Amino acid sequence: MPVTHIIPNPQTQPPPKTVMSERNLVKRSASSEALAAEPLAPVAKLIDISKCIGCKACQVACLEWNDMHEKIGINEGVYDNPPDLTPNSFTVMRYTEWVNPETENLEWLIRKDGCMHCADPGCLKACPAPGAIVQYTNGIVDFVHENCIGCGYCVKGCPFNIPRISKVDNKAYKCTLCSDRVAVGQGPACQKACPTQAIVFGTKDDMKKHADGRIADLKSRGYQNAGLYDPPGVNGTHVMYVLQHADQPELYANLPRDPRISPLVEAWKGVSKYAGMAAIAAMAVAGALHYFVSGPNRVSREDEENAKRLAGSE
Amino acid sequence: MATQYDVEAGDSVHPGDPVEVDRYTVGARINHWITAISLVLLALSGLSLFHPSLYFLTALFGGGELTRAIHPWIGVVLFFSFLGMFLRFWKANLWKREDGTWMAKIRDVLTGHEENLPELGKYNAGQKVVFWSMSILIVVLICTGVVIWERYFGNFFSLTQQRIAVLVHAAAAVIAICVWIVHVYAAIWVQGTFGAMTRGQVTGGWAWRHHRKWLRELVTTKRS
Repeated sequence: MPVTHIIPNPQTQPPPKTVMSERNLVKRSASSEALAAEPLAPVAKLIDISKCIGCKACQVACLEWNDMHEKIGINEGVYDNPPDLTPNSFTVMRYTEWVNPETENLEWLIRKDGCMHCADPGCLKACPAPGAIVQYTNGIVDFVHENCIGCGYCVKGCPFNIPRISKVDNKAYKCTLCSDRVAVGQGPACQKACPTQAIVFGTKDDMKKHADGRIADLKSRGYQNAGLYDPPGVNGTHVMYVLQHADQPELYANLPRDPRISPLVEAWKGVSKYAGMAAIAAMAVAGALHYFVSGPNRVSREDEENAKRLAGSE
Repeated sequence: MATQYDVEAGDSVHPGDPVEVDRYTVGARINHWITAISLVLLALSGLSLFHPSLYFLTALFGGGELTRAIHPWIGVVLFFSFLGMFLRFWKANLWKREDGTWMAKIRDVLTGHEENLPELGKYNAGQKVVFWSMSILIVVLICTGVVIWERYFGNFFSLTQQRIAVLVHAAAAVIAICVWIVHVYAAIWVQGTFGAMTRGQVTGGWAWRHHRKWLRELVTTKRS
């Protein structure tokens, strides 16, 4: 039986300095200025689905830390509550009941859904408002609400269907990976609340090592296809899953097998942007050139005389 | 021999020196300028969200949020305003045999050799192309615009539908802006045209030079 990586409790003393700030921005939406970003060690949240008991403590902690209030909903016949992410609920547990055809066992696959903090964030690529979406050198992708204009382009850009636009203030909301807590050396609220350490947080390297231990443990217990979900199509994510059945991510409430920024979004934010501006400029230049070469098309005296004759003015 | 549908309501000819020809009624002109203002505002607000280097244009509308909020509503105004123009002008914009000839002689058009061109009705083939392409583009733009109107329709369409819509919307808008440049440039290049959309009148000479068939038809049917 492999030794499982033990995750230490976070420190309770304040850190010597803020460990994450504007100086650590690596990308800024709709901005061309080069960012001289100070590097930070990449962080990650690792969610071990095999250890999750579905208690929703993470959902509660998330609402509480972010001071969000979800209105009391209705039972839709499933455990999922609310049934989807909302502008208030940055995370929801998605419950899937699955009968494993090999073992005939009923498996309760509970996935904590929320922002994956992609290394190649589709939301940031799609965003038209300068500085409304930022990415830090530690991998956190954050929404800056004062710059957000509420257009919903981030929703179209996201390969995981995560951002939600508030009908109250028309701003986009999603998991911040508790950037405000991480900035002062703490882990995210959901991680702190998790009673089984199904959610752990640390540097991405440490989390991968921890995942290796967990995967070895799962394999030793018959889950041959256990593995880490860190999808390369978005250059990896800073929220990762340990899946018992990593060969079938779709089992987990349609977790995408190979998420990547949609080619439609790439075309919209790539070739169409440049070709479109070039076409408009070319059209204006063609007009100016034509005028310069051929001059105005003027009505002649003769035309007026002809019109007079035709109209019978004489 | 006159093709009656080239003459629109309100068109008439006033003999004199010079001959004056009524080309657009007050209603048509108001309709045109509401459409024109809407289109320009839409282009400015749309471009500001299309390319980051043009984001500063949002200042014209009171910032990014107000730009995002107002753009679709201007689109609704444009749609209905253009619909009004469409109903006024579609008949005179139907394609005719001489339009093909005109298109084939586009070189003579661009070099101003109108003596080599066929006599034309109220609109030439270039104007008809502008009319019909704008008609199609505005339908495409309002349909795709609704799909990406987050505030009211964000939950009605799948993400794939929204992604297709936003791409088509951008492409259609770029083409519409190019067509608009052609339209405005033609009005500048062909001197004496602006009066048609301001005072509603052109001179007889202008009509003789550019739309002789229309002028002949007016003289025979609507001599005042």
